[in-house]
Amino acid sequence: MAGIPHDHYEPKTGGEKWLHSRLPIVGLLYDTIMIPTPKNLNWMWIWGIVLTFCLVLQIATGVVLVMHYTPHVDLAFASIEHIMRNVNGGHFIRYLHMNGASLFFVAVYAHIFRGLYYGSYKAPREVTWIIGMLIYLCMMGTAFMGYVLPWGQMSFWGATVITGLFGAIPFIGEPIQTWLLGGPAVDNATLNRFFSLHYLLPMVIAALVALHIWAFHTTGNNNPTGVEVRRGSKAEAEKDTVPFWPYYVIKDLLALAVILAVFFAIVGFMPNYLGHPDNYIEANPLATPAHIVPEWYFLPFYAILRAFTSDVWLVQLASFVTGGIIDAKFFGVLAMFGAIIVMALAPWLDTSSVRSGRYRPMFKWWFWLLVIDFFALMWLGAMPAEEPYASFSLIASAYWFAYFLVILPLLGVIEKPLPQPDTIEADFDAHYPPKDEAKGAGAATPAE
Amino acid sequence: MFKKLTLAALVAFGLAGGAHAAGGEAHVEDFKFSFEGPFGTWDQNQLQRGLKVYTEICSACHGLQYVPLRDLEQLGYSEEQVIAYAANFEVFDEELDDFRPAKPTDHFPAVTSVGAPDLSLMAKARAGFHGPYGLGINQLFKGMGGAEYIASLLTGYTGEEKEEAGTILYENTAFPGGWISMAPPLYGEDVEFDDGHSNSLHHEAEDLAAFLMWTAEPKMMQRQQAGFVGVFFLVVLSVLLYLVNKRIWAPIKRKPTA
Repeated sequence: MAGIPHDHYEPKTGGEKWLHSRLPIVGLLYDTIMIPTPKNLNWMWIWGIVLTFCLVLQIATGVVLVMHYTPHVDLAFASIEHIMRNVNGGHFIRYLHMNGASLFFVAVYAHIFRGLYYGSYKAPREVTWIIGMLIYLCMMGTAFMGYVLPWGQMSFWGATVITGLFGAIPFIGEPIQTWLLGGPAVDNATLNRFFSLHYLLPMVIAALVALHIWAFHTTGNNNPTGVEVRRGSKAEAEKDTVPFWPYYVIKDLLALAVILAVFFAIVGFMPNYLGHPDNYIEANPLATPAHIVPEWYFLPFYAILRAFTSDVWLVQLASFVTGGIIDAKFFGVLAMFGAIIVMALAPWLDTSSVRSGRYRPMFKWWFWLLVIDFFALMWLGAMPAEEPYASFSLIASAYWFAYFLVILPLLGVIEKPLPQPDTIEADFDAHYPPKDEAKGAGAATPAE
Repeated sequence: MFKKLTLAALVAFGLAGGAHAAGGEAHVEDFKFSFEGPFGTWDQNQLQRGLKVYTEICSACHGLQYVPLRDLEQLGYSEEQVIAYAANFEVFDEELDDFRPAKPTDHFPAVTSVGAPDLSLMAKARAGFHGPYGLGINQLFKGMGGAEYIASLLTGYTGEEKEEAGTILYENTAFPGGWISMAPPLYGEDVEFDDGHSNSLHHEAEDLAAFLMWTAEPKMMQRQQAGFVGVFFLVVLSVLLYLVNKRIWAPIKRKPTA
């Protein structure tokens, strides 16, 4: 695909030409920053910049924290307190890093649901979507391992519970778990490898982000109408788009500044609100906390993990069919990863030819139900594993799968979509009508 | 021996915690502290009174192992006063291979003799408020409630006792599960305050809780100040970017440019 026609970088001076013929990096930057972008993007298209900022923030604060942190079971917790008390500005950098993870996930969930509503995952953007899902998985891994580093009670017990999931894999589970932990239980070897991987994975994320941007710069952005930018000629494309700089750079920076104002208020005035108090108690392998609760951003999938208990008929059926190889624990693990896999498969499960939810009258309702379902799962994930929460979790988990596996394929067949605008320009003009009076007056003048 | 005691105490705590999960909501009173809210500040006299309660009562069983003694200068003490105060504690010196009086560069000692938890971070390791429906939204308005939890715990003894597996448990309205293994440490009029402040149980508990909030989060004021600076500049930047954004989009959106 040639991309949307637009002006490319032309080296003018001798020096520019010299560099351009050897390494066309200026041209690459120019084309990236000047990329034609649909002019009707709404405020849900700002999360990409917020996410990029979060990645930079986490790496920058993380690099400083590493300078003062000690990855050892006897010293890690005290080294965090050293950062909080003795390192210049260390307390604020650590709180930025802690809450930066939460901002990262707020943004990524908004970004994902934006994609789900406007059909951004559909052809030709499947690769962008899949890379995005890989980024999300890496983010979860990074956040999980980062949470273990302070070596508090929740760090330790969260790590014990989550790595225990791998132990549920039939036959090879226990060796895998031992291999991951570097021993029979969460200990110094675990802390050290998590520290190493917590530093490595953000670099992988950065590389995937580059691919993600490359992919959607090749296909062009989706937009709220889901109608593609016209590519017949440069003049036609320019009616549908504006260059990224300055229009969306400034708009995205505005959104980022507003979001960061709220972020700084949280970091400054209530930095521990999103954390768990138990993590200010040093890890103790002999004392299990009353509730082991993951961080808020894992709760929806944690709820799905716990929902499939051994008294659910589907679990019993799976256990019977496989001769007991798939027990309730393994079923829960499969369900948790399956919940993300079905989301990654959305481009092939959604059969509707219409991209944007704006023109899909039935889809809209199911979509908003999915959003409610997501928050319900988040709440249920924090509740104790007892009735009535267990039943609610099962219903909410079932809907998550039903949305992707049943509703999306069926809707494409039974739904009658609303008419879509012919072009992005037509939609934009409907919101911001051209000045007819001015045109009319202009046209009338020559006739007189 | 000590390890076993520690283990026993932790198991007792764990069991009590488990009982809470099964039912029975602990009551935490919403004390009003000077450091609450974005505009809150430490009450230095209160912190000094709290230090006195800690030194004379709590330090017998509880350590403050993460708090450097020199940080006490932040409570308004002079260098000489901190040196004199530090000398009250004995710490183990690895170079001497012996105990010696503590210096300001040392931390408060860790006290593990009876298996009581360290108090350095207690005000952040407990949340007083969890509602509604376990969502924790009331923490947005009331704060995490760690200091409130400590003050409520110290004033929450009902006077009832029971023996369980050789341990005496004391009924407490703030403790999850209702029964705590710590005997009531404060009864009121336990210490004489230098500033003549009331030493009723309520006031002692409140002052100690404020002091423990300071030990848990000594940089709270710097943090809030940094928060204000950040929010202020970002709000100004937002306004400027709003105006720029409006201006550059005006021709695209066919709006009049001012």
